[in-house]
Amino acid sequence: MAKHTITLIINGQSEELLVPSNMTLLHVLRDQLGLTGTKNGCEAGECGACTVLVDGEPINSCLVLAVELEGREITTIEGLSSNGKLTPLQQAFADLNAVQCGYCTPGMLMAGTALLKRNPNPTAEEIQKALVGNLCRCTGYQRIIDAIMEASRNGGAQ
Amino acid sequence: MTITESGLIGKSVQRTDVIDKVTGCAVFVDDIQFGPNLLHSRLVRSPYPHALIKKIDTSKAEALPGVRAVVTGKDLTARLGLYLIDRPIFAYDRVRVYGEPVAGVVATSEDIAIEAVKLVEVEYEVLPAIYDPVESAQPDAPLIHPDLGSYSVVNFIFPEPGTNISEHFKIRKGDAEAAFAACEAVVEGRFRLPPIEHVPLETHTSVALCEKTGQVTLWATSQSPFAMRDMIAQSLGISHNKLRVIAPLVGGGFGGKAGVTMEACAVVMAQAVEGRPVKLRLTREEEFVGTSTRQSLISDIKVGCDKDGNLQAMELTYYFGGGAYNDYGVNIARAAGYSCTGPYDVPNVKADSLCVYTNTPVGSAMRGFGMPEIHWGLEQIMDRLAEEVGMDPVEFRHINCVQTDDEIVSGMKMNPIDLDACIDKVTKAIKWDIKEEPTAPNKKRGKGIAIMWKAPAMPPNPGSSAVVRFNEDATLQVEVGGQEIGQGAFTVAAQIAADVLGVPYEKVTVSTPIDTKYSPYEWQTVASRLTWSMGNAVKAAAEDARFQILETVADAWNEDIEDLTIKDGIVISFKSEREQPLNKMVIYGMPNDDFEGWKGGPVIGRGHFMPTYVTNLDPETGQGTRAVVHYTVGAQAVDLEVDLETGQLEVLNIASVYDVGRAINPDLIMTQIEGGAVHGMSSAYEAMIFNEDGVVINPSFVDYRIATIADIPRKIHGDYVETPIDDGPWGARGVGEHVMVQTAPAIANALYDAVGIRFSDLPLSADKIYMAMEEKESTQKD
Repeated sequence: MAKHTITLIINGQSEELLVPSNMTLLHVLRDQLGLTGTKNGCEAGECGACTVLVDGEPINSCLVLAVELEGREITTIEGLSSNGKLTPLQQAFADLNAVQCGYCTPGMLMAGTALLKRNPNPTAEEIQKALVGNLCRCTGYQRIIDAIMEASRNGGAQ
Repeated sequence: MTITESGLIGKSVQRTDVIDKVTGCAVFVDDIQFGPNLLHSRLVRSPYPHALIKKIDTSKAEALPGVRAVVTGKDLTARLGLYLIDRPIFAYDRVRVYGEPVAGVVATSEDIAIEAVKLVEVEYEVLPAIYDPVESAQPDAPLIHPDLGSYSVVNFIFPEPGTNISEHFKIRKGDAEAAFAACEAVVEGRFRLPPIEHVPLETHTSVALCEKTGQVTLWATSQSPFAMRDMIAQSLGISHNKLRVIAPLVGGGFGGKAGVTMEACAVVMAQAVEGRPVKLRLTREEEFVGTSTRQSLISDIKVGCDKDGNLQAMELTYYFGGGAYNDYGVNIARAAGYSCTGPYDVPNVKADSLCVYTNTPVGSAMRGFGMPEIHWGLEQIMDRLAEEVGMDPVEFRHINCVQTDDEIVSGMKMNPIDLDACIDKVTKAIKWDIKEEPTAPNKKRGKGIAIMWKAPAMPPNPGSSAVVRFNEDATLQVEVGGQEIGQGAFTVAAQIAADVLGVPYEKVTVSTPIDTKYSPYEWQTVASRLTWSMGNAVKAAAEDARFQILETVADAWNEDIEDLTIKDGIVISFKSEREQPLNKMVIYGMPNDDFEGWKGGPVIGRGHFMPTYVTNLDPETGQGTRAVVHYTVGAQAVDLEVDLETGQLEVLNIASVYDVGRAINPDLIMTQIEGGAVHGMSSAYEAMIFNEDGVVINPSFVDYRIATIADIPRKIHGDYVETPIDDGPWGARGVGEHVMVQTAPAIANALYDAVGIRFSDLPLSADKIYMAMEEKESTQKD
């Protein structure tokens, strides 16, 4: 398998990487960089657990090859909070118990963050539409909707 | 209910794990980094549901560059199991289900392992397969386990060698036949449920390492690290102190990560490549095909009542499709047997609950364990009987539902509960008495109710233990062997310890991950038993530590223990009004008042709990003094509408109320109630689908749809009532599984109210509903 040298901007840091042609962003993050907050739920783009932001847009990192992302800005769950300060969305997920097993949580937070950036005051229906590709088996979703609305009142995606 | 003096019992404190989980710091098995020494593995799986293995040729696979080992079951004929030891680690003489592991391949990369799997040549002689549990239970059915009579089995499970019946539980109470003859109304029906999957977001993952000394370490996605260690150690002949199971946070379990799934395969593969860790991570497709499922059930139910609607008699036959191996599933049929009536007072009962081998995926524990299966039929037939005698379904349930101190179906005296209060709350929440208009002219609207009971289904004596250990600054570690699978068990453990010890909740940390080398024993994280059983153990450990602290202070001050208490981390004397912060004294002890010598030392509290009062049941009648520790009961009511043009259901409101005994953390209970309602709703639409060759044809999120964020009810009205029990901490009992038990029949009853059609088989798919409405309309036209 041919390997390629690429540069990705990951959570604000430039990373030079040597990646095989067929390696997905998900595996680069988890296996090469040890950024294991991004979860592998299906590797088929069906569950959203691996959602990250590429130039601010949410994508399933299991569906995109790393070599296609030269120079792009990637944000993962590890890049959301800084200096121990949670974003309003992370805080709302914690305050409202929108988390149970936590395996879908990073993907939910990334999809929610992207939504609040493009729509700072989403309705419940808009949240449902934006997160329909992010599966959760534990929570029943209502608290995830509530947390996104709570965050939108507390400063949105900041 | 009031909160305790410290304010912590009954308070919705923040989850211990939530900050880790919202920052991506929470560690699951697949997140642990093993470095370049890590090897990867894949399983070779059977393409047939039933066949003899004639020959396995691994030479081509072994010759592939990068392959480090190929293992089969050839030299590995010991079986494993929890209740019935019937399951090989790798099939060696016969495969009994599509997807059963027959070999494992270890390689330097996952890609090479995938290639090598294709090179393992297995010669099979295909046998006739049997999928239907009723057919399989017949005396002339082809045998799936001809050696059933030679398997080890616990003393409360009764297999029938020479048949496919792995467990036959009987209830013979009163005289059902005579009672039916005197009934005013009798209804009967057959109800079916397909197998469904747990569908955790995290697939089963194991990493095993076998050192050259023979020491084995297994990192596993596990709800039961101790039971897993016990089963694998016994099967492979490893002593318990040479097998260490480390179980980090679980990314969704629902019963699917109880017992042993494929973890023993990882251990066997690791033994073949000593000194190198081997990872076995199931793909999403394998998670659907190669792990356990909820068992299928065909239930035959007959029930009768007198003219006032009082239940008089029931006759029940439950055929659980246990799948290829019933090592765990036998106890599901048993649990369904001793709880066979559902939450009703019925004086005359004849019941047979069978677990039957079938050539389908292994049936095992899933949230509710036998109860969603039996309540599907029970709660619909109660509505039918109520209608037969002209009673409202709610009134019918009030008259017949189980009460505190009733002698229930197994002969046991019912523990304190208030099911009537649960019924009242749900009917009020969905405005039971008001017929509401549909939201659109092409829709019909209906309401339905269903009630439930469930006891923890387990051996009579599953133990819990806990250790409480202080640090120098009076922060403390709570050590448990129970697992955090999302339900909040660690949070409740921390709350209990903090409350008993009089320290702020924030000072308590639960030691993770669960590690059989360091963590105290816990049977399994199943049966909604942790708040109750592990909670009792943590309470006892904290009381032990508290006693040590107070004894030291009392000694040093020359006071009585009874005059001392701990508040906000400070020991206070009511008598002398002296104060001693826990800081330092919990490790270094205290000097005597005269400064001659010291008292105390490092404080370590220990506690355990094991129910000692559960009795065996008579094998012929199913009667005994105390079949189970206790029951939790609850009610759900559903308000839904059906789209007449598509058959699509939409749940508008669901009310869900359970009697939890005592709420330790109310908001965590609400998260279970809400999540369970959606899980229960989703389960009404789910089914594993097989083709005629026994192959699962929908093993993906696209083809096996679980509820998405767009599918949820418009409103979930969750609530609880508190009728304390005598054997739980502050009266608490479990509720995590119960919350989805009766959702499907509540939906079916509401569907009947909406369109006047009964559906006896799950799933409630839109096409099935649409076709039934079409048929009804055309019949009416004729």
